[in-house]
Amino acid sequence: MSAREKAQVLDETGLDRALTRIAHEIVEQAGGGEDVALVGIKTRGVTLAERIAAKIAAIEGTKPSVGALDITLYRDDLGLKAEQPIVRTTEIDFPIKGRTVVLVDDVLFTGRTIRAAMDALMDLGRPHIIRLAVLVDRGHRELPIRPDYIGKNLPTSRRETVAVLLREHDGVDRVVIQEE
Amino acid sequence: MGWKRKDLLGMQDLETSEIIDVLDTAVSMKEIASREIKKVPTLRGKTVVNLFYESSTRTRTSFEIAGKWLSADVINFSASGSSADKGESLLDTARNIEAMSPDVVVVRHKASGAPALLARHLRCGVVNAGDGAHEHPTQALLDLMTIREKKGHLEGLNVTIVGDVTHSRVARSNIFGMRKMGITVTVAGPPTLIPPQCQELGVKVSHRLEEAIASADVIMMLRLQHERMEGGFIPSIREYSRVWGLSLARLKPCRPDVLIMHPGPVNRGVELSPEVADSPFSVILDQVANGVAVRMAVLYLLAGSKSA
Repeated sequence: MSAREKAQVLDETGLDRALTRIAHEIVEQAGGGEDVALVGIKTRGVTLAERIAAKIAAIEGTKPSVGALDITLYRDDLGLKAEQPIVRTTEIDFPIKGRTVVLVDDVLFTGRTIRAAMDALMDLGRPHIIRLAVLVDRGHRELPIRPDYIGKNLPTSRRETVAVLLREHDGVDRVVIQEE
Repeated sequence: MGWKRKDLLGMQDLETSEIIDVLDTAVSMKEIASREIKKVPTLRGKTVVNLFYESSTRTRTSFEIAGKWLSADVINFSASGSSADKGESLLDTARNIEAMSPDVVVVRHKASGAPALLARHLRCGVVNAGDGAHEHPTQALLDLMTIREKKGHLEGLNVTIVGDVTHSRVARSNIFGMRKMGITVTVAGPPTLIPPQCQELGVKVSHRLEEAIASADVIMMLRLQHERMEGGFIPSIREYSRVWGLSLARLKPCRPDVLIMHPGPVNRGVELSPEVADSPFSVILDQVANGVAVRMAVLYLLAGSKSA
């Protein structure tokens, strides 16, 4: 990426604290009575879902199911990009029918990914409730979609990009704003 | 990474990385087949035309299911009972179909090079579903997918292809694809059915079945077409079956984890004994299942590239 880093938004501690808060909010809203499953959107959403699940396990004593969703086949920009995006595999090995499913993604931007994720999820069954957890909400929504759990609200300009770097993929935990 | 081709005409043109892209995409597509609702909206509003000038139930059906699971509209256009019988040329038929704005045309034709000719003249994507004795790339891709799925890898494996290599587009496409993936290929069959300059494709040649299959990880049996009898290539089907047919007894000295493949339809009792076709070594039905996944991957990659 040729983008220039403008500012660091979250460091390792900040990122961890945000995930801890999201985990507590999920547990609080579920009230112990809901059968919660976490579904991460590939690739970094899955990592975040795993981390939130581990935190919920530490709070509640039981770890919620975690699945991985690839939304490539549900995109609305097929044929508009120069290269065809590579399809990755959806791995949700538990029934989602009747459950509370929390979708987890790293950055919420236009909302189109979440629209695709909801369609993909509905094709696998009929969840009772779908909620949305994101590490960063950077605004600029193009669809009527609103997150339920937010790690950090981050006003950005459209020219900027938000990069979420995670230990498992990038060797470091931090969130930065970049500019072209 | 990233697919940029308008057409899929043969394994000979493909880069190793492109083969891997198709196989990885196909693995993801296979998950859809395990769902209760086997449909994704990816190719909604796209049209796939199956243009088959040679009879084929399996390949055409496989492309049809692949297109439908991706939500494309699939139209079958077979030569018999159509304009081809009335004397329309291939290009005229293709131009007429193009006037209906399809996104992908899947072609099978008895003449080698027919799909390449169409690809040059049509703006939409063209998939070669078998042309003469030239290539059948989606068959080779589904074979590679099946081998990789069962063995976990491709590089370093030994594959033996047995039978009528001369007239087989399946063999040619597989030889090109397998060599690119680092597989050692041996071809075996009666000298009349093995092309004389075959070694130039980078394969070993054997004229004894026992020797050819002894250390093979995969044995791919080719279909013996009955037309070959009339051409005088083999003395009789019984004789061919006795010398080149695969039976359980013949498999005894082979590797215990050997895979038996066949592109279908199987002539039971000719190239394969029924016991072998139904044995645990046989992955023939896995090949059929993977065929749909590979064709979904190909349609996805071609229909999404900006061709028009």
